[in-house]
Amino acid sequence: MTRLPGTAKTPGGLYAAPSLVWLSVFFLAPLAIIVAYSFLTPGALGGVEWSPTLDAYRAIANPTFGKVTVNTIIVAMGATAITMLIAIPCGYYMARSEHQNILLMLVMIPFWTNFLIRIYAWIAILGNEGFLNDLLLSLGLVDQSVRFLYNRGAVMLVLVYTYLPYAILPLYSTIDKFDFSLLEAARDLGASKMSAINRVLLPNIRGGVLTAFLFTFIPIFGAYAVPLLVGGTESYMLGNLIADELTKSRDWPLASAISMVITLVTTLGVLLLLRANGTSVLGGDDHEAAEPAGEADALGAAR
Amino acid sequence: MKRRPSFSRAVFATTIVFLSMPLLVLVLYSFNESKSGSWTGFSLRWYAQLFLDSPRLWRAFGNSAIVALSSALVATVIGTLGAIAVNWYRFPLRKYLRTITFLPMILPEIIIGVSLLIFFSGIGLRLSLFTVFVAHVSFNLPFVFLLVLARLEEFDASIIEAARDLGASEAQTLVRVIIPVSMPGIVSGFLTAVTLSLEDFVITFFVTGPGATTLPLYVYSAIRFGVSPVINALSVVMIVGTIILTWSSRNVLKYIAAK
Repeated sequence: MTRLPGTAKTPGGLYAAPSLVWLSVFFLAPLAIIVAYSFLTPGALGGVEWSPTLDAYRAIANPTFGKVTVNTIIVAMGATAITMLIAIPCGYYMARSEHQNILLMLVMIPFWTNFLIRIYAWIAILGNEGFLNDLLLSLGLVDQSVRFLYNRGAVMLVLVYTYLPYAILPLYSTIDKFDFSLLEAARDLGASKMSAINRVLLPNIRGGVLTAFLFTFIPIFGAYAVPLLVGGTESYMLGNLIADELTKSRDWPLASAISMVITLVTTLGVLLLLRANGTSVLGGDDHEAAEPAGEADALGAAR
Repeated sequence: MKRRPSFSRAVFATTIVFLSMPLLVLVLYSFNESKSGSWTGFSLRWYAQLFLDSPRLWRAFGNSAIVALSSALVATVIGTLGAIAVNWYRFPLRKYLRTITFLPMILPEIIIGVSLLIFFSGIGLRLSLFTVFVAHVSFNLPFVFLLVLARLEEFDASIIEAARDLGASEAQTLVRVIIPVSMPGIVSGFLTAVTLSLEDFVITFFVTGPGATTLPLYVYSAIRFGVSPVINALSVVMIVGTIILTWSSRNVLKYIAAK
């Protein structure tokens, strides 16, 4: 790809200005504000007072918040691991199938369905007056409704359900591009099936595996709606804590500090994985452009 | 040699059952006569209630439609121009633009919601449908930008040079050459933006104000405390609606790409 050389007449800056202004004002400035707020003292009725302190960050380390942080890490790691273990064979099967379009439709229909409706479907199944309890009661297997919802297990189940397609689709598209004759070649040269998969297939689909991991881990780590709707008090996650500090306790610095933790974990994760993947999104080189564009496609479909 | 991937087939089949079973339960129960629990017989009463007797729900849908169309339109215009600039022109802050279009896509939604809420209250802007619109443009813009950019990368600068050599002005080049070749990217960016906007719950939840309930917010308040039969019916309508919309938008895209 070649680019027109910059001259005084080219309107590149003019075309770029609206995006630059909009995202600087309505994305970057708000982020900068929460960075600043996280180092300030909470005001009496929400808001902040301009005296710098590290109290908000100290508060994150105290046992109550520590418990929520640990719970968030356990849920995020667990749900992501389960999702990946299911998604890799699914992506593999879809890529190898002769009916890819039909299989893709089967994955996409639940995926296109509204996010809240997908959560609600599980409330309708597992709720106290839900489908499963109704079934168990009418079969006489239980005397009264079983409480399936409002615990960590329910949160993980619904998170896996919600984000599974986010993992399957990038894996499918990467494995689909893999040249399977390479595997046959490895086998012909004497590799066992396992070692052919480990040393030929996996290194070649690493990009897809990393993308799938990020698409699942990041939203789960910052989850808000799922623990709110199907979790209990002991399965609270950092996202719920932010909302509570913001709207109930009105401690804005603390809400900002927790947001900073999530932002840092997310950004570091992305940077490390991109480096491992050998792409530099934040650089300005021409060749890097295709990768995030492909991700945008999948993300766009995902959200 | 044809190998049968039996393990992956079993996992895939189970996954499809897992993914579709909850939605099938919703479909089934939307036709149930009784309010909750056991199946008492086929009935369309929840659909009747949804279409004839749910004014708040339809007002919320109206708000969603207004925000989705307006924010998608603004994001598409701004994002398309940004993508054209990044793909074909050199200008100061080019790397910075690439970075700030990438970041909103990787950050969890709650961070964007919370930071915008604090920002709006900091500058003294009252929360309303307008703040929801601003938030939606912000998270839609990067997607439009990257989808248009992906399309533009299929072309090189020679088409612009050719237009210039043939005497086209800058404005003519934009309207007669650049925008027509980017059309499939622009349309898919716009459709993606509409979808993301209709779908969004978390960001909207933080930046909405009194009277600015969108459809996902309405659904949230209805399902907060358990099963709601009208929401069963709404779910089915939305699932069918999404399938039809997606199917037809694919055909529109194919048609545009073929032109």
